[in-house]
Amino acid sequence: MGSDDGALEHSGSGRRYGAAAGQQDWVGPAAIEVSHLTKKFGGRTAVADVSFSVARGEVFGFLGPNGAGKTTTVRILGTLIAPTSGSAMVAGFPLTQASAAEIRQRISVMPEAPGLYRRLTVTENLEFFARLYGLAHREARIKESLAAVNLSDRANDSCGSLSKGLRQRVALARTLLSDPAVMFLDEPTTGLDPVAAHEVHGLIAALRDRGVTVFLTTHRLDEAERLCDRVAIMNSSLRTIGRPDELRQALFSRSLAVRTAKPLARPDQVFAGLSAVHGWCAADPASGGPAGGGLAGLSAVQGWRVTDPPGGDAAGGDPAAVGTAGYLLTVTDPAQAAPGVTRALVAAGADVLSITESRHTLEDVYLELINDQEGQS
Amino acid sequence: MMSINAARVGAVIRKELTEFRRSRFVVATMVVVPLVFLVFPTVAILAQHPAGPSASLDQGVGFFLTYLLVIPVLIPSTIAAYSVVGEREQGTLEPMLTTPVSREEILIGKAAAVLIPSVGIAYLVLGIFLAVLRFGADPLVAAAVWHSPYLLAQVFFIPLLAGWAIWICLAISSKASDIRVAQQLGALASLPPIALTLLLSYQVINSTLILAASLVGALLVIDCAAYLLVSRLFDRERLVSGTKPGSA
Repeated sequence: MGSDDGALEHSGSGRRYGAAAGQQDWVGPAAIEVSHLTKKFGGRTAVADVSFSVARGEVFGFLGPNGAGKTTTVRILGTLIAPTSGSAMVAGFPLTQASAAEIRQRISVMPEAPGLYRRLTVTENLEFFARLYGLAHREARIKESLAAVNLSDRANDSCGSLSKGLRQRVALARTLLSDPAVMFLDEPTTGLDPVAAHEVHGLIAALRDRGVTVFLTTHRLDEAERLCDRVAIMNSSLRTIGRPDELRQALFSRSLAVRTAKPLARPDQVFAGLSAVHGWCAADPASGGPAGGGLAGLSAVQGWRVTDPPGGDAAGGDPAAVGTAGYLLTVTDPAQAAPGVTRALVAAGADVLSITESRHTLEDVYLELINDQEGQS
Repeated sequence: MMSINAARVGAVIRKELTEFRRSRFVVATMVVVPLVFLVFPTVAILAQHPAGPSASLDQGVGFFLTYLLVIPVLIPSTIAAYSVVGEREQGTLEPMLTTPVSREEILIGKAAAVLIPSVGIAYLVLGIFLAVLRFGADPLVAAAVWHSPYLLAQVFFIPLLAGWAIWICLAISSKASDIRVAQQLGALASLPPIALTLLLSYQVINSTLILAASLVGALLVIDCAAYLLVSRLFDRERLVSGTKPGSA
């Protein structure tokens, strides 16, 4: 159990969330180790043969559409439900009935619904859970937890009188109470305004700095991309797992987005001679354009609509980009390829408006995988 | 057998009692039910003016005292029925089940939190009834009550009947998916004691000390068995996912 010294600055709100590292009293590198986990409810398979591991201190994103088995997996790892087959280790303990109490002492779970006693005050809610965990210095721990989620001034309010967002923050404070080694957060920013969500993001980052393992279930892909060291995409079975940038590279080739004032007369001749360029296609800058700040505003290839290579009226679909033309070039290293592409375009007499690296977002990866699976089924 | 942590049981009791205190429904139940079941036997027994000690007087006294036993059954049945399904509906069960608290600690805590006010109120009502008798009833009637074996039986029956109602209603609450259904079914828990009262009042069953002692023993066994049954029903997986554990 962590002591009360060594408080850590919470970068998001500038508040202190106390305590040293979480309760990491086990030996071994992984905080969570899952092997061939399967859960069936009657004839329905909620989780199918899922294997992964989460390192200590890692923020691990668990993504997937509704009904993908995310919550079921969290419930299995949180010792609430038993797997049909497979095994797992959580916080150094095997996931068995015999060690369930040991696991529960070292983890905390924030379910999707805040689950607060509405007739009790915020402090009474937290005190109840502090007693269930058998925490010493309850009052100090409660104050620290409330300060971490910026709720100190609402400590004596009845939970029934709080807004949804504030209740969500109380639930997060409850999760922090026991100084857990592994935290399972199910949609922690649902219902929060942008400022509060930003604070929660800061809090999660601070937890990672302290060495707490965070298992984050979220629908917000930007949140996952920003916070998570690695992400897993589920749809009953595990579709993929890795660092967000690794997933992007694995699924999508890297590319340069070129925009010129007018369509090139012979684009094939311009691009074919460049060794750094492996392929190209004409593309319609369907979003962005001069009025919207140019191609620099584009962060995804999705913002471009591929058209027929011979050129033509490449920008015809977007009123903001009338007269301009776009090309997507497949390259190995955008930074290395860009100077050569620029020189070739200038030599061909093109008025280059911009050359940027097209970045695929985690959302692109997610949609690609989920759509691909739906297409197969 | 799992060890019980008294501090965690205490935490559950404290939380439940705080919630009861702030619930109008629970407070109203704890006030109205005892009043209703106190008024009738009190008025009826004050109206008794027997010529002398008789078997029918003892029978009547026994009936009124048995009538009071409905209180420790009705109060917990309405409150305990809400206990588990209510937590499920407001989403508080899942966070609680992910803490180190065991199901035995939850159940004992919840049962004790209902038992304490229910038994307290039932004894208070009995005390008021006896005080009114002492100062307002015919001396023959008062003497019959004070010397009735039912009075001693009351002391044992009150907690045992409350325990019966609590475990039955916790079992219903653990299985039910809706608060109203749980409370309606929970009211059925009061039927056996009411039936017994009726059987005694119509002399279908003769009230004897042996019968009372037998009922006390039977209730003790039933309460223990009911606790074990509810422990089995209180399964984390079924409570959280609504499916039978290990269903595949």
